[in-house]
Amino acid sequence: MEFFVQQLVAGLTSGSIYACVALGLVMIYVSTDHINFAQGEMAMFATYIAWAMINAGLPYWVAFGATILIAFAGGLFIQRVILKPLEAAPVLSLVVCFIALLSIFNALAGMIWSYTIKQFPTPFPARDLFGSGLVSVQQIGVVGVTLLMLGLLTVFFHYTTLGLAMRAAAQNAASARMMGIRVSWMLALGWGLAAAIGAVAGMLVAPIVFLDPNMMTGILVYGFAGALVGGIGSPFGAVIGGFIVGVLENLVGSYIIGNELKLTFALVIVVGVLLVKPAGLFGRVVVRRV
Amino acid sequence: MAAVTNSWVNKRGPGGIAIAFWILLALLPFGERFVAEGSFDYYMFMGQAMLINAIAILGLNLLIGFNGQISLGHSAFFAVGAYTAAILMNFAGWPYWATLPVAAVVCFVAGFLFGFPALKLEGHYLALATFTLAIAVPQLLKYKPIGKWTGGVGGLLLDKPDAPGWSGLGQDQFLYYVCLLIAILAFWAVRNVLRGRGGSAMMAIRDHVMAAGTMGIDTARYKTVTFGLSAAITGVAGALSAITVAFVAPDSFTLQLAVSFLVGLVVGGIASLPGCLIGGAFIVLIQNSSQSISDWMKATFSISYDVPAWAIYGVLLIALMYFMPRGIMGGVEAVTQRIVNRRGT
Amino acid sequence: MAALLEIRGVSAWYGMIRALYDLNLTVEEGGVTALLGANGAGKTTTLRAIINMVRRNGTMVLSGDDISKCATETIVRRGVAQVPEGRGTFVGLTVEENLRLALHTRRSRAAALRDMEMVYDLFPRLRERQKQQAGTLSGGEQQMLAVGRALMLSPRLMLLDEPSFGLAPLVVREIFQVLARINTEQKVAMLIVEQNAALALELADTVYLLETGRVVASGPSDLVRNDEALRKAYLGY
Repeated sequence: MEFFVQQLVAGLTSGSIYACVALGLVMIYVSTDHINFAQGEMAMFATYIAWAMINAGLPYWVAFGATILIAFAGGLFIQRVILKPLEAAPVLSLVVCFIALLSIFNALAGMIWSYTIKQFPTPFPARDLFGSGLVSVQQIGVVGVTLLMLGLLTVFFHYTTLGLAMRAAAQNAASARMMGIRVSWMLALGWGLAAAIGAVAGMLVAPIVFLDPNMMTGILVYGFAGALVGGIGSPFGAVIGGFIVGVLENLVGSYIIGNELKLTFALVIVVGVLLVKPAGLFGRVVVRRV
Repeated sequence: MAAVTNSWVNKRGPGGIAIAFWILLALLPFGERFVAEGSFDYYMFMGQAMLINAIAILGLNLLIGFNGQISLGHSAFFAVGAYTAAILMNFAGWPYWATLPVAAVVCFVAGFLFGFPALKLEGHYLALATFTLAIAVPQLLKYKPIGKWTGGVGGLLLDKPDAPGWSGLGQDQFLYYVCLLIAILAFWAVRNVLRGRGGSAMMAIRDHVMAAGTMGIDTARYKTVTFGLSAAITGVAGALSAITVAFVAPDSFTLQLAVSFLVGLVVGGIASLPGCLIGGAFIVLIQNSSQSISDWMKATFSISYDVPAWAIYGVLLIALMYFMPRGIMGGVEAVTQRIVNRRGT
Repeated sequence: MAALLEIRGVSAWYGMIRALYDLNLTVEEGGVTALLGANGAGKTTTLRAIINMVRRNGTMVLSGDDISKCATETIVRRGVAQVPEGRGTFVGLTVEENLRLALHTRRSRAAALRDMEMVYDLFPRLRERQKQQAGTLSGGEQQMLAVGRALMLSPRLMLLDEPSFGLAPLVVREIFQVLARINTEQKVAMLIVEQNAALALELADTVYLLETGRVVASGPSDLVRNDEALRKAYLGY
């Protein structure tokens, strides 16, 4: 029983990371109909920037905040400068672009900081909650930071004018233009936010899996799985999906298939959901008009 | 991006240029005296790699360029072909040439089966599913319970086949000819498929899938078969790779490999057969010169890091999407079109 | 009366297909102009062209400013609000959120909130359904919401694309009464595209008749209304 609870908690912890990644993916998908394959590598790169700052002596939370801002600016820049000119291009061109960004970030990280794994500090003390042996403060911290971030985003999107404008632009770009909303800037902001969320995910997971350029590849795939399970058109669904997939991964990994086939398991989820219920739990199926 | 126009599909036999080109390739191994002492075998090896990559890209092109589907996971089929050949040679003692048809069949089945779920997916979703496939495969290959067959993390060391006595060729020369022969067969086969009814159906599906369906084309059947064929061709390339490199290991078949195929395809020109050869050559050249490019960049821009091939691919891909989305063959076509137009006036 | 909007020599294309041919049109300040014609005549295209949502050339002048090269969002911010074909409702947002969107572009928050009260006064049904998802509203209510959204932008010119489409006669009457009020009380000029010619002619003071992308007749609405031959030929009654 104790083991089960530990796995459940571990699942919720990785689930929060997946939820963050999934949320970033969904934000970009909802506003642009694109799947950002580079999401993981962007997050990893941001985490390296944080590491470099901490290594240079900056306090953890200062580096944390600065990285979020840098990631935001980076995401905005990528959308405005690299992607916007291609917005009318066919799907294949855009997929190629995302893959290109993925390659560049991965290679740059390896180039600048080498491929030896590094330790990333955690702001949370290394002890168990109430000495229970079931939940560690670190795990509570990860889930807590994730929920806090999600809370802030919800407030932003539902209680501020800018958030409302972004939601409108994502839902109906033509009508949004007719309301005087500069839709292309809303898209850029969406990218910036997605990049920032990804950076948070990277910084939360790095202390656990150690920092290296290929750190986020497997996590990205689980982020995809989470987004699909929850419904790739639904931010709320993405978060729920992320947690579900995190828990499933840990339980199935511990009790059924062992830890060596985790990526194959993700593949099964991805293909399975796409086949059986492509809209996921909370999404809507889009009907294509002839 | 616009595909290269497929007007050549309606022409009769292979163009004179194509035949001359293949003959030229066949004559290359006789140029030993033109290269530096001792480096000839290396050039032959590079030639093999270029042809193998060209065949792999041909498979990918069939799917993407001529049928309008997408795959970021062809490294998986390449791996299946490679491991099929390796296992047959290593554990069943099969001769290298017998493994090729088996690899083709196994990969066809794998691709065909993957083609079914792929039917329901399009564009980004199919890219996503194949992307996940590419990432899952190396881990799957390292799975301990099947390690007995796959050689686990360390992979399998194979024996490189020797040239038969009657040929009078060196080992690398001979293997070059093997690759060339398979390449000719593959290109010839694809060309015939494309010129037939199957090819028209494939391309109709690419251009407007709904209209194709209303014209009575069984889009599901064509799409899954195309996936199978595409996988089979790339799988044969994988088998050739196992034979010529004499080594297979899980980390040779990562997402990076799938991306390199994509790069080759886009550089050469989507939906262009000659483009596959250009793409194949291109990939090998970049890989081999990434160190020199790196050195040049260090000297010119005074950066202190090594620039990896992976980064070059990325920048190149974006530049291509902006300036040359139709690849090199697209550019060639545009130029020849202009010449033809000028002649007409 | 001064000209609020002047369109000169505007042609428009959908891809290779030309939809408008050298159109000339004027909307007076505070006036109501009707744009009539059969299906496919180019009426909706004209409205799209005004806010640059279709490929076009030619000259567009708004109160003396040349807006020919401006982006849609800029033209909207200069005071041109469109009530589009199909209402353009943000179905995933509530009624209130649909209206509040304008706060993003309005300079004065207080003025915008006052305008929201004004919209609720004009359309009490919207006030009742404030917190409801806009997608669950009836056709008539969504039309009211679309007009309300346009009003929230404090426009000088409102472009309406078939406001009566698919609505019951009573609802249409209600909406047109409100439109008349807006025009008289707030001096908002209007350019209305309508299939229901009789209704449009009641409200409008000027009429343009379009056929296959060209203006075939124009003049004061009284004249057109009383010209039986013209009505029979172009308006079918």
